[in-house]
Amino acid sequence: MQDQEKKTPLYDLHVASGAKMIGFGGWLMPVQYTGILEEHAAVRTKAGLFDVSHMGDIKITGQQAEEMINFLITNDVTKTAVNQILYSPMCYPTGGVVDDLLVYRLALDEYILVVNAANSDKDFAWISEQAKNYHVQVKNISDKVAQLAIQGPRAEQILQKLTLTKLSGIRYYWLQRDVSINGISCLLSRTGYTGEDGFEIYCNAGDAVGLWKALLEIGKPDGLVSVGLGARDTLRFEAGLPLYGHELSETISPLEAGLDKFIKLDKKSFIGQEALREAVNNGITRKLVGIEMVGKGIARAGYVCQQFGRPVGLVTSGSYAPTLDKNFALALLEGDLAMAGIRLDVEIRDKPVEAIVVKKPFYVRGK
Amino acid sequence: MNIPENLRYTKDHEWVRLEGNKAVVGITDFAQNELGDVVFVELPVIGKKLAAHDNLAVIESVKAVSDIFAPVVGTVSKVNEVLTDSPETVNQDPYGGGWIAELEMADSSAVDGLLSAAEYEALIKEKA
Repeated sequence: MQDQEKKTPLYDLHVASGAKMIGFGGWLMPVQYTGILEEHAAVRTKAGLFDVSHMGDIKITGQQAEEMINFLITNDVTKTAVNQILYSPMCYPTGGVVDDLLVYRLALDEYILVVNAANSDKDFAWISEQAKNYHVQVKNISDKVAQLAIQGPRAEQILQKLTLTKLSGIRYYWLQRDVSINGISCLLSRTGYTGEDGFEIYCNAGDAVGLWKALLEIGKPDGLVSVGLGARDTLRFEAGLPLYGHELSETISPLEAGLDKFIKLDKKSFIGQEALREAVNNGITRKLVGIEMVGKGIARAGYVCQQFGRPVGLVTSGSYAPTLDKNFALALLEGDLAMAGIRLDVEIRDKPVEAIVVKKPFYVRGK
Repeated sequence: MNIPENLRYTKDHEWVRLEGNKAVVGITDFAQNELGDVVFVELPVIGKKLAAHDNLAVIESVKAVSDIFAPVVGTVSKVNEVLTDSPETVNQDPYGGGWIAELEMADSSAVDGLLSAAEYEALIKEKA
């Protein structure tokens, strides 16, 4: 399978820089350059540059594009303006999740959905199937697009050195097209997956190498470093952001994952609406919570949570949290245990280890 | 890659230092580099009797959980408590301050069956 894994336009640069490469979602990606903890700290205190070209990009155009997207997702795209971005789960009729994604509204009849790498082909097939009932064009443009992310408190000041566009004018979850960065035409959005301020930069695949080099060079005096998927995971984990395949899946609904504010049950008909409404009316039986380890040990995905020896849930993600220097986990627990202060155990290598339910996210950046 | 001449090694990337009838155990420089930042070490209980290849300890990096096996038969006589609060010592000083545990052996000739530095070096090269 190894030779079938895809490479981003930056693959050779990563290898040359000594990055450790791993398979992720069908791609060969850098998991770390110098070390996960060092890269994590750089993003929290200075800035980090990520190659996230593995993310899928699906373009939807046509008169009925808005109507179709609103039927596909649980959030309400009709409430967004042109150049605004919307986060949303996309559900099956069962209420389980196909994927979670960002909708970039480029025009009233032009959108890009940014989806998880591992789900890209599945999403494209799912969306194309629904599109048969609408006057829309659906194109998978993932291979033509490279995506970089610059994240951290110094992201704006670094990026500003390479563009005349006033970056402070781009608000959180808004985008700007045709931004020239070091002479390269990009689509820029104030978004990210780290819990820090920052931008995601979309450019032609052929421009990615030049852009990456220019950013790393101009950002060096401010402490900008390249950051791999290892730190991307610990950063999103501390910030309580869900990862598909862990906190969301075909068998975990967005209600269980606590994404209620991205579900608009009262908008026009959408896929999963009935199942989600029913779940709300009947009350959900399990809920995603934050857990802090009290005893020694790291809870990992798949470990069992128990109370008085009785299984009460499963860990979906667990890690050492570098910024907080503690071990935390996200876990799906029986609904009535989803309350800060509840005590439980996580079974680690056949031994119960003490833990306590805490508020999530574990990390919130200072204003 | 640092592979001290005076130590013995296992295929699981552990090192053993023989001190009389005691075997001090740790993981190699190669192993700590492969694992990445170590954030947790679960140490064995002193007095625990182990057969060769029994679980001796667990080392967790940010991304991975790795079992450390007893390289020889023996009884745990010391553990490196420093690793409880400073697991990163395994990365910083794998052959020194990053030692994991000490085993008391009934028969110290068991160490003779382990790899020499040259043999271990060849094993790593084969892997790379």
